[in-house]
Amino acid sequence: MKVIEQEIHSLKNSISEMWALVHQQLYNAGEAMLTGDRELAYKVISRERRVNAFELKIDSDCEDIIALYAPVAIDLRFVLAMYKINTNLERLGDFAESIARFAGNLPKGEPIDPQLIKETRVEEMLSELLSMISLTKEAFEKESSEIASRIFLKDNLIDEINHNSSAIIANYIETHKGSALAGLYMAGVIRKMERFGDHCTNIAEELIFYLDAKVLKHMDKTGQ
Amino acid sequence: MIKIDAKNVDFYYGDFHALKNISMEIEPNTSTAFIGPSGCGKSTFLRLFNRMNDLIPGTRMEGQILIDGRDIYTKSEKVDRLRKNVGMVFQKPNPFPKTIYENVAYGLRVNGVSDENYIEETVVKTLKQVVLWEEVKDKLKESAFALSGGQQQRLCIARALAISPSILLMDEPTSALDPISTSKIEDLIHELKNEYTIVIVTHNMQQAARVSDKTGYFYLGELIEYDNTRKIFTNPEKESTQNYITGRFG
Repeated sequence: MKVIEQEIHSLKNSISEMWALVHQQLYNAGEAMLTGDRELAYKVISRERRVNAFELKIDSDCEDIIALYAPVAIDLRFVLAMYKINTNLERLGDFAESIARFAGNLPKGEPIDPQLIKETRVEEMLSELLSMISLTKEAFEKESSEIASRIFLKDNLIDEINHNSSAIIANYIETHKGSALAGLYMAGVIRKMERFGDHCTNIAEELIFYLDAKVLKHMDKTGQ
Repeated sequence: MIKIDAKNVDFYYGDFHALKNISMEIEPNTSTAFIGPSGCGKSTFLRLFNRMNDLIPGTRMEGQILIDGRDIYTKSEKVDRLRKNVGMVFQKPNPFPKTIYENVAYGLRVNGVSDENYIEETVVKTLKQVVLWEEVKDKLKESAFALSGGQQQRLCIARALAISPSILLMDEPTSALDPISTSKIEDLIHELKNEYTIVIVTHNMQQAARVSDKTGYFYLGELIEYDNTRKIFTNPEKESTQNYITGRFG
């Protein structure tokens, strides 16, 4: 194996590990929020440092490959894409941490009202986001732009849930006395999840750039 | 208007089929790089443009090469006239055992120019053109061998330019030079392509990427891919090109 191939292989492994960690962070943050498990929430918050450490390492690895090996063609696209995916994954890690902080701040033994969870469809949103991040990872590992392109349709569902949530939460606050704070928190979590979906879309775009040399940014990708 | 138009060119060293059905159009005032592994035929193809291969016994060419629409392999074509129009710079600097001044003046003199004022003007102009003037203006009567390798190579470029060619062929012009001299030659190529059509053979792929508008990738005597340099180095069409430029070849 050529030296540049070894470097690229090693970068691939690091980013794959980061991907798995971010997926786990979101899963745990979601669980903590839905069940009111504060310990799990603190675990997510403490693990955020590992996501940040990955970001720094991958940044530095990308820089080294560009400076030392002057990659071209697919190698160059790979490094550029990983550099950006790294930033997106780090942001996803931040969102998971924010959701965990919200869960950590819930009063002990008082998880979120199941009715609010059901009406806002936040559980469905969480499950869809976990599926999106798994799918991007699968597209990355299988080097499949076809799998990556499935992300764009999934993001539409996230946007739809987010779009409907404001009216649902407003109505909940009106009909449940003393629920304003919980409602606002929930609105904050849903906004973060919506951004989470956007970052998954960015990652899919970067994967398609790496694999097919196509730039899909700022274009309608779902044909809708 | 196409400057160099190669049509279905085949070339043989005896029985060895060195170039296989190559067609390529090169536009004027552009820089074109030929890349590919050793023995792929890129230098052979370059040397067809000023009939340098004519000197090798047992060789044979088929097809056509047109320069400014004129077939350079017809019997009526005068090779000395062709080479006046198509200058060449080689891998190792090869100044004549003469003074710096006479190296540049040589081409004019053998072409019958005797006006010393014109010769002097041309020497100064071309030495300035290759960004060597400031370094040699006080030692024009010294031997060209006193110059560094990089300076000698720029002197050879000046010598080629003095007789006003329209095409400059460069066969690995920086492979024997240090990085600073290489950088000066590359800057020069950028400048010169405003006035000349440049074709360069290089083993240094980053150099091809830096200096050329178009790149041709050769392998086993075939032109595998010929496209804009930006395209070749970001998203080549052929897998073979990608394997070569990313270093995974072979």
